[in-house]
Amino acid sequence: MKRSYFSVAVLAIVLAFLYVPILLVVVYGFIPNGISMSFFDSAGHFTGFSGRWYSMIFTGHMRLNALMQSFWLSLIVAGLATLISCAIGTTSALALHKWRGRLQSIHHALVYTPLIMPDILIGISLLMLFVACSVDCGFWTILIAHVTFCVSYVVMTILARLQDFDDRLIEAAYDLGAGPWYTFFHVQLPILMPGIIAGGLLAFTLSIDDVVITSFVNGAGTNTFPTYVSSMTKHSRNLPAVFALSTLMLLFTCVLVGLSKLISRDQQPKPKGK
Amino acid sequence: MKDSAKPSRAEWLVTLPSFVWLVLFFAIPALIVLAFTFHGHTVNGGVGEWSLSTWRELVDPDYPTIVWKTIRISFEVTAWCILLALPCAYAIARLPKRWRAIVAGAIMLPFWTSFVVRVFAWKTMLHPDGWLQTCYHAYLHFKYWLFAWVPNVHVPTAGAGQANDCLIGIAGCAIDAAKTTIIDSEVAVVLVSVYSFLPFAIMPMYTAAEKFDFSLLEAARDLGAKNFYAFRKIFIPGIWQGIVSAVLMVFIPAIGSYVIPQMLGGTDCILIGNKIFMRAMQNRNIPHASALATLMAVSVFVPMGIAMWWKKRQAARDRKRLEVRTAQLMATGGME
Repeated sequence: MKRSYFSVAVLAIVLAFLYVPILLVVVYGFIPNGISMSFFDSAGHFTGFSGRWYSMIFTGHMRLNALMQSFWLSLIVAGLATLISCAIGTTSALALHKWRGRLQSIHHALVYTPLIMPDILIGISLLMLFVACSVDCGFWTILIAHVTFCVSYVVMTILARLQDFDDRLIEAAYDLGAGPWYTFFHVQLPILMPGIIAGGLLAFTLSIDDVVITSFVNGAGTNTFPTYVSSMTKHSRNLPAVFALSTLMLLFTCVLVGLSKLISRDQQPKPKGK
Repeated sequence: MKDSAKPSRAEWLVTLPSFVWLVLFFAIPALIVLAFTFHGHTVNGGVGEWSLSTWRELVDPDYPTIVWKTIRISFEVTAWCILLALPCAYAIARLPKRWRAIVAGAIMLPFWTSFVVRVFAWKTMLHPDGWLQTCYHAYLHFKYWLFAWVPNVHVPTAGAGQANDCLIGIAGCAIDAAKTTIIDSEVAVVLVSVYSFLPFAIMPMYTAAEKFDFSLLEAARDLGAKNFYAFRKIFIPGIWQGIVSAVLMVFIPAIGSYVIPQMLGGTDCILIGNKIFMRAMQNRNIPHASALATLMAVSVFVPMGIAMWWKKRQAARDRKRLEVRTAQLMATGGME
């Protein structure tokens, strides 16, 4: 088989392009001076790496209070948004899978359109809603906004899983005397679980990363991690702490994904030839 | 699967949670935005009486420029993403199966770091004293040095009549290059947008390329096609669906992008997204922001509509071709 060196070279360059900023995120977390953002002092001497930002994070230094507060708020919002959007998304996917009527075509359009809308439009339209109802923006408006843009992604993920679902299993359960609730909780839900978990993970990532929609609906003083960071300037003294915190998050996710890969490998040995 | 015209009670019950949520927080807000555009604004940041004044204000000569700039930058970003993603998708799909999953994972991995933090990393990297700026200067110097030999090329800041003199040309350009920073310019916005959206271009193309039958390419080569010709005539049409979804996955967020131009574009690169945010949050002119949002929705849905119409037409044409071909075959009795 003839291999194209050109395409492999482009792939290598693209991978480097994608990874250089990540590498720098890790490196910048060790910068000693948060104002100059440089490893060199004014005289041009190398000042060395510093772990002070990590120790400040772990000891809960006062200087990082606002940052850590926004970080925890992000986690709470993302967790709740994931739970709610998974619950709504599962029922929605089930309805879309099971029925094909006029109602479902409207339903499908409702679920699908947010996927092709730029974030900023969802953000501003929610802001308009809250303005029109004169609701004060804060925690609840952020949560509502996050659920709204997560639901569609969850539904699509679960629908993809439902396509492989063997509908005869439900009939079999009915034939064996199970009621609709029992069938749902003991047959359909366990089979759908991987899809729901995948959708939930997607929702969590989207929610914890969102800055555009949140910046419209967060109101004064309530900041999630991304909106807090985006409000920092280049010369904020705490910038290395942001990079350090991001490094910790990256490390945490990598470990989590690695563990889940290990567990899933232990549970089901891969079929030969795949 | 039931095909009942009238939804049953069970159907309503299962549909209701998501339906109500999305009507309340997606459909109604969109209608409110549309309604607000037909209102004036009040001085204290509220929404005034019904009027067409907002649409009249939109004739502001700045806006066509901004809309055009947004669309142009989005096209640029999309073009770069597709150009880079095509060889990548091809390369990944040709890897051994075990490596494919690893490389595809490696492409998505950077996205577990917060988007804003990544933009900040770029901001730090592109700092006027940073190493990327130095590279950019070197590139600019090289470019001007290259063009200094060419007469009749307009060289900025070099005085009139001196452009032919290469020494003065270089000196003049050196000054100009030193003033040109990447940050706070369109270059930075395009660069970081490509960086942020590239995986969304690679992924759909890769999934399409994975299903592509590569023996077709070998067949084409056996029949005498050059590598690039086979790539263009066989591979690209083969993964067409993936390319279309990649274009949409990049173009839509690029049109709506506002964080990247805000953090890296300076005053040089204000796009519709930034204008919407400014009008809504800083000037508190809600109707105006709504009108701009409507404008943006139009500039997203028109290309989308065209793409979908084109896809449908393409499918119809394929079907037609197949029908004609079948008719031909039937007419000749399968002998050709």
